Amino acid sequence: MTGMLPKEFDDLELFAVGWSLATETERYAKRLASSMDEMQAFYDAVTPRAEAAIAYCDRFELDALSPEALNLMHLLYSMIVVSFPVEAWGQPRVPDSGAATLECVVEPRP
Amino acid sequence: MSRWPKPAEGSWTEHYPELGTAPVSYEDSISPEFYELEREAIFKRAWLNVGRVEQLPKVGSYFTKELDVARTSIVVVRDAGGDVRAFHNICRHRGNKLVWNDFPREETSGTCRQFTCKYHGWRYNLGGALTFVQQEGEFFDLDKSDYGLVPLHCDVWAGFIFVNLATTPEQSLPDFLGPMITDLDGYPFDKMTERFYYRAEVGANWKLYMDAFQEFYHAPVLHARQTPAKFSTAAQQAGFEAPHYRIDGPHRLVSTSGIAAWELDPDMRKPMEDITRSGLFGPWDAPDLGVGAMPVGLNPAGCDPWGLDSFQVWPNFVILIWAQGWYLTYHYWPIAPNRHLFEGTAYFVPARNARERVAHEMAAVTFKEYGLQDSNTLEATQTMLESRVVTAFPLNDQEILCRHLHKVAADWVDDYKRQGAGV
Repeated sequence: MTGMLPKEFDDLELFAVGWSLATETERYAKRLASSMDEMQAFYDAVTPRAEAAIAYCDRFELDALSPEALNLMHLLYSMIVVSFPVEAWGQPRVPDSGAATLECVVEPRP
Repeated sequence: MSRWPKPAEGSWTEHYPELGTAPVSYEDSISPEFYELEREAIFKRAWLNVGRVEQLPKVGSYFTKELDVARTSIVVVRDAGGDVRAFHNICRHRGNKLVWNDFPREETSGTCRQFTCKYHGWRYNLGGALTFVQQEGEFFDLDKSDYGLVPLHCDVWAGFIFVNLATTPEQSLPDFLGPMITDLDGYPFDKMTERFYYRAEVGANWKLYMDAFQEFYHAPVLHARQTPAKFSTAAQQAGFEAPHYRIDGPHRLVSTSGIAAWELDPDMRKPMEDITRSGLFGPWDAPDLGVGAMPVGLNPAGCDPWGLDSFQVWPNFVILIWAQGWYLTYHYWPIAPNRHLFEGTAYFVPARNARERVAHEMAAVTFKEYGLQDSNTLEATQTMLESRVVTAFPLNDQEILCRHLHKVAADWVDDYKRQGAGV
């Protein structure tokens, strides 16, 4: 079976389906729909591999990433999104932000 | 004891004596009558920023902007000569909105050779002239030259597109902006074309969100949990003092000192900041901006390290320039006395590689986390202001810009009323 990620990152493959998401809106929705245990497990798996992942993607031109490298970039963006619940909030949502939203309408691709 | 010298008068607020030091009424943020006056007195008289020239890359590029506060929609376009023009977004035949897709109240953008009304097919060229009328012979004495699109005043400064809804603006755009803003001339805004654009409808008066982003007195408290305990404890003990405030006409500025995050103890940072080499202040590795010297208007207190300058451009536009070579804009578009649309945009020099792009993502995501905290108090404030249980609120010296905003709003409304009364 072909993975979503470059084969050097097989160990992260089980997180790719859930977290290799192309848009901020999808990543933020996934965060709000996830438990802290799920995000902690993803965070614990991806953060030790982040430097290698960035270095891997750096071998490509940004506008010519392989599909697998692009998935890896999206996984890194999700890592950033879950870092706030994991490192700061202890909960998926920004505290007291029940009535507040901020929709990302335009973002750079990739 | 101040960490930063204050003006000779003893405070920033007293340096501008017209502001006074008395508790401030927020009636201007809850009164429907005041809101109705603001429409005419402020939003139909001031120059309003509606975007940047990069959003109109070529001849025929256009975008629409809904200006609920002025009860209109406009279309901004790059015409055949390459100039930026703005028109009210209305067909001269029977009043249909000219440019929209699927949902008439949603903004749109694109590129076209001419504008064609969806209703009866009237066509207008990029300069607004009516060029085609379906079954023209059925009309009575119709001279197409009498039925061009209705223009509004439009001018560009530093790549920022401004419009003015007045029949005759009282000031040119450069005069309106004044020296504090135009001293940013030369900042390489045009190089920062990588864009993250966010929007939110907020259940509060537009001035309340401006207040939230024009004082940092709240920062050590409201944002305490964004940083490790060791950092936030130190920040709360220190409190916040800005090294510099400035007021120039209706506009205002706060400048802050910076933090060399990478020089702090690692336990003062979050792990993700180290992984991405980025955070609230932006990427640790600033881009080469390709300019020899920064414009004279930046970092007015000469801070080293410098943090940011937040230029509050009257009435509803903010340019926030970070020392780390990126900038944010905020727009606050009123919808109702207790409702507005907030837009926040982060601009970076385009990433050259994955590492830079990841650093941008961290800065943008951090901006959103802070923004959600800044906006979550607004509805709570609006609803309790509306109770009118308390009607005067003490503002401290670090809240001088809030005091100034509400004074300018009152001044413009008073001036409008005086003009209307022929005084």
